[in-house]
Amino acid sequence: MMNHVNSTLRRIAPQLVILAGVLLLNFLVFPDFFRIEFQHGRLFGNLIDVLNRGAPTALLCIGMTLVIATRGIDLSVGAVMAIAGAVAAALVVDGHSWQVALLGALCAGALCGAWNGVLVAVLRIQPIVATLVLMVAGRGIAQLVTEGTILTFVNPGLVHLGSGTVVGIPTPILIWLGLGLIVTAVVRKTALGMLIEAIGINESSSRLAGINSRVLIISVYLISGFCAALAGVIVAADIKGADANNAGLWLELDAILAVVIGGNSLLGGRFSIIASLLGALIIQSVNSVILLSGMPPEFNLVIKALIIIAILVIQSPTVKHALYILRASADPLPPGSIKEAKESPQ
Amino acid sequence: MASAIGPVLECKGISKFFPGAIALDAVDLTLYPGEVHALLGENGAGKSTLIKCLTGAYRRDAGTIVLENREISPNSTQESQKLGIGTVYQEVNLLPNLSVAENLFLGRQPMKRGLISQRKMHAMASDLLAEFGLVINPAEPLSSYSVAVQQVIAIARAVELSGKVLILDEPTASLDRDEVELVFSVIEKLKARGLAIVFITHFLDQVFEISDRATILRNGRVIGTRRLAETTQTEIITLMLGRQLEARVQDRAPAETGDILVELRNYGRRGVIEPFDLTVRKGEVVGLAGLLGSGRTETANLIFGAIQADQGEALLEGGKISLKNPREAVAHRFALCPEDRKNDGIVGDLSVRENIILALQARQGWFRPLPKAKVNELAEAYVKALDIRLASLDMPIRLLSGGNQQKVLLARWLATNPAFLILDEPTRGIDVGAHAEIIALIERLREDGLALLVASSEMEELVAYSTRVIVLRDRRQMRELKGEEITTANIVSAIADEPMAGAVR
Repeated sequence: MMNHVNSTLRRIAPQLVILAGVLLLNFLVFPDFFRIEFQHGRLFGNLIDVLNRGAPTALLCIGMTLVIATRGIDLSVGAVMAIAGAVAAALVVDGHSWQVALLGALCAGALCGAWNGVLVAVLRIQPIVATLVLMVAGRGIAQLVTEGTILTFVNPGLVHLGSGTVVGIPTPILIWLGLGLIVTAVVRKTALGMLIEAIGINESSSRLAGINSRVLIISVYLISGFCAALAGVIVAADIKGADANNAGLWLELDAILAVVIGGNSLLGGRFSIIASLLGALIIQSVNSVILLSGMPPEFNLVIKALIIIAILVIQSPTVKHALYILRASADPLPPGSIKEAKESPQ
Repeated sequence: MASAIGPVLECKGISKFFPGAIALDAVDLTLYPGEVHALLGENGAGKSTLIKCLTGAYRRDAGTIVLENREISPNSTQESQKLGIGTVYQEVNLLPNLSVAENLFLGRQPMKRGLISQRKMHAMASDLLAEFGLVINPAEPLSSYSVAVQQVIAIARAVELSGKVLILDEPTASLDRDEVELVFSVIEKLKARGLAIVFITHFLDQVFEISDRATILRNGRVIGTRRLAETTQTEIITLMLGRQLEARVQDRAPAETGDILVELRNYGRRGVIEPFDLTVRKGEVVGLAGLLGSGRTETANLIFGAIQADQGEALLEGGKISLKNPREAVAHRFALCPEDRKNDGIVGDLSVRENIILALQARQGWFRPLPKAKVNELAEAYVKALDIRLASLDMPIRLLSGGNQQKVLLARWLATNPAFLILDEPTRGIDVGAHAEIIALIERLREDGLALLVASSEMEELVAYSTRVIVLRDRRQMRELKGEEITTANIVSAIADEPMAGAVR
């Protein structure tokens, strides 16, 4: 058990260090960053904001991690968010309860995921192309659901999912933490994680070992769609309306970035959901630095890009290798030197 | 021919080691000007490694290469090209969208006032190709010509660039008879010009048709060099597949004693393997013999459902079963250790432990994980039973040597408690020690009552452990050998006896 904890810690150490660094940066530009207050039955503070605002990306990256582990990618998650938000809004506007709305949205998301999965696993279309279809078409579908308007609602139950609290903690934080824990537990306590990794590393070998790769690949896209739907409902609930055009716009890229910052290979294989979630938090903390530093907003994307590039350079195989060589050459007795030492007296 | 003149290229003691395997073991190769020298051997014998060492694509670990009395040590294919060693590969390495002339003179186009002179280039290309008996329009894109013509163009380019030694790596693999004639006429012309030509192919007829001498490699070693005028196909096949064997054939287990486990009737797939009948009994090892491409691997994959049959039926203990995919085969307690261990066998980044339990876990389904204690017990038991050498069960399997990887794959399938075990080239590319252990394991499993089907290019091996041998050729079952009939001589004659129509593939 202890062993297991150790290996997990070793796996996520780089992400923890980077997160600490970015949080420190936050602290430097805004000394009150770590202050958390309890007012009107709710926790307040910049750190809480990071956790809260990071919820959509965090949710997306849970499913995205699994998809990428199978050597796939899901570009449609942003559009699926819009669809799910629209479905939820339409259902409550039609007078259904928030539970029905949530269920409907989740079903819509799962359906979108299953569609992607069938394109990839059954029809063998390249994942990037297969999910591009829904990325483009998805917002159209969402607009059809909202009939071209921003569909607003006041249903308190649904709104609570986006801006409410449970024992003082904002609901979105609990949702992404909860889902992250559940999915991690499911993939690691069952054999699902290992089989997904096997498919991502070598699908041919996996198939010959009797793994049902088709069903597993459909499943991971389905989970990704489900996560996207949950993120879509939260975003819609937060603004009390479904905006088919802007909900989740470009978030698929943040989700992929979170997975990459989490140290997961885009070539599939070994994955860590916890590391991806840390990646999502790192991205949100970077957003926070930019906001808190009071930079003019036109700098935001450039600075974000610079910080991300720095993070990726640190993680790049070339730099890692250079660091390794540096450490190895600092060794007091590299191999070969013993021989030289023996020969030198003659 | 030649021996009066000195050799143009002389390789001595070329060795190349890969982690856990000796790819080339002190290989000698001598080429005389004006000779076509065939390089023969089964897959994995070391042909391509030798070529790569010669052309500088690999760094050799030992040995010398002497080209025209000067020792060379090329570091790249460009360097060897400049020195005079040109190579043409099976899949033409040219640019199909450029014109024939551009392909011929890419990087050294004739210039006129700083610009490429198209007219001059086309004239030069026409002249060059005419020397090879090819009259085509050099302005046309390369892709508008047949593969054979492209092959000749590739040869022309290689000869232009190099011109001392020409290595042809399976140049005729995708050509029909007339096209082969075209390429051969070009080879004859180059021979007359005094080039030394290395010809790699699996078509023995073509070897005898065009080559002067042949060097046969097996397991990274030179088994022999023969003047083709003084030898026979049978001798060459024997050299390629091995012999010095009969001594080991002792107390062979009688064939056809146990109950029939698997029966295939008229089973086949168009274009992959001709329909065949096959029965395998409990407690017997059925060997599949044949040259590369004879249908050994295809037979194994078909029975395991990795390739779907389009005709015939499969029976398990008398009842009809479906084998549409490996999952169904595994459910019937079939197991397959594939030929291509790296791409179809191991899951490289997963740990040894995970690789061992993979098939068992896949059969159980993902929602019923094997308990940790059971996993460790299984993994440790098989590591011990099969003597798998490793630092830790947690290390990725790709770091193990070939022999240990093969043992892990065997462990993966033995853990599923199979009734029918199919092994495709179980000893390819593994060291001698592991080799012997795997053969011993096959015997032990047979005694335990498993039904085994073993496809192998190593005839000695097949003779040692098979209770029956089925000889394949041209994707068809040719002959079945039983009991005393199982000798390498009989296998060789079964592979070779027919008058060769087309090629030995």
